[in-house]
Amino acid sequence: MSDQNSKIKDIDIKEVESKVKKIIAEKLGIDEAEIKNDSSFIEDLGADSLDTVELVMEFENVFGVTVSDDIVESINTVGDIIEYIKKRAEETEPK
Amino acid sequence: MSKDRRVVITGLGIFTPNGENPNDFWKNISNGKSAFQSKYKDGTPILKEDPSRIGSMLVDYDPSKYFSFKEIKRLDYFAQYGLITAKQAIEDASLDFEKIDCKRVGSIWGTGIGGGNIFEQTSRKFYGEPSKAVSPFFVPMLISDILPGHLSIKHGLMGPTYTTASACASSLNALIDSFILIKNGFSDIIISGGTEARSQICLRGFISLRALSSYTDQTASRPFDKDRNGFVLGEGAACLILEEFEHAKKRNAKIYGEIIGVGMSSDAYHLTAPHPEGFGCTLAMKNALNFADISPNEIDYINAHATSTVLGDIAEIKATEAAFGEAIHDVSISSTKSVTGHLLGAAGAIESIACIKAMEKNLVPPTANLFTIDEKINPKIDLTPKKAKRKEINIAMNNNFGFGGHNCSLIFKKV
Repeated sequence: MSDQNSKIKDIDIKEVESKVKKIIAEKLGIDEAEIKNDSSFIEDLGADSLDTVELVMEFENVFGVTVSDDIVESINTVGDIIEYIKKRAEETEPK
Repeated sequence: MSKDRRVVITGLGIFTPNGENPNDFWKNISNGKSAFQSKYKDGTPILKEDPSRIGSMLVDYDPSKYFSFKEIKRLDYFAQYGLITAKQAIEDASLDFEKIDCKRVGSIWGTGIGGGNIFEQTSRKFYGEPSKAVSPFFVPMLISDILPGHLSIKHGLMGPTYTTASACASSLNALIDSFILIKNGFSDIIISGGTEARSQICLRGFISLRALSSYTDQTASRPFDKDRNGFVLGEGAACLILEEFEHAKKRNAKIYGEIIGVGMSSDAYHLTAPHPEGFGCTLAMKNALNFADISPNEIDYINAHATSTVLGDIAEIKATEAAFGEAIHDVSISSTKSVTGHLLGAAGAIESIACIKAMEKNLVPPTANLFTIDEKINPKIDLTPKKAKRKEINIAMNNNFGFGGHNCSLIFKKV
């Protein structure tokens, strides 16, 4: 498992959104078209705490980021996680 | 124990290769019809070099026929099979959870192993990949108590919910616990039963124990036959709704029968082999007879544990003779495992349904494939070979024994 200091995998920032939505669709068994940036994981997409843990583990695995428990608690919508992953990716880009 | 409170059965459900509802199941077992398959669970044919080439498996089972995507992700096969039978039994008993006090309703199930398939699948990934990440669904799919947990959440049951594990006696222990809790006033209704799902790794384990039949056809399970050489491993589930008699009467429930005696004991002898004289089994039967306060000659039918192993069947017959004395010559005995195979932790619940249907139909289901009775068995004992037998059955006994030396006996009576 990667730690906070590890580099984000070589990912095009433009692809983050579509990849995140694809993972959510696959793990929750729902149509990608139903997943909007302002969809709440719990209220709109029907995820429970176990689904959330599974999704975070998969984001960590695919994007090579670490999502700490504090961050997980602050994430409510699909857009929140997309923004977080993009931010982490930008931070680790060479200046 | 309260003398006043009586415990009756008000609902049945079953899901096995021999039938996916109680009526089909009964039709098949009373006709001696087995459903053994020479396929692995994924549908591929069993390899020729495999020492056990037959099983009683739900090979055509499709979870999406019964469960949503979200549910399937949370349920190992053992829990799925159990939930399918619970749904049938709840409908059969016309239970309306809006109209009953759910604080007085529990759920107790027996299973020998639990989530063997998810354990196998997760282990393969865990040891085969560099990432040691394990799904958060793994533990709640694996643990053997989770089926009563699901039922509690689904229906709002707030009484006792747990699982009993005593190998092949597991679901008889579950029924016995349910009986004791209702009898003593802790609950009014308990959704009980047994379930087991076959996994490759456990199949291999049973092969190593030399426990499985080497025959490859529908006669592979031959309890009491001189040429028996092991059991046929099966999978499936059965559910029984146990309810306090007055509670059942008040809501005009259909009553299948009453549990009048329960007995438990242990062999204190060997991990997997039965005691050669079956002392522990005798003790369980005697305890059940004493509890019911009846004499052995009042038992009309015994559904024997008899799995078709060389040692087990003989030890059981000796034990039954010792418990019954002269009455052994009047009772009808059969092993329905001759057609169902051995469903391990689900066996007790499945065979309890066989006893209840036998009482309802006044028909002793046969011991199929009993071509030549083992010469070590007293020939005067009625083992119901090959064909079902008409007989007034008022009281039936169900016996199950598990690895570890756990023995259970349950007595049912017509109401």
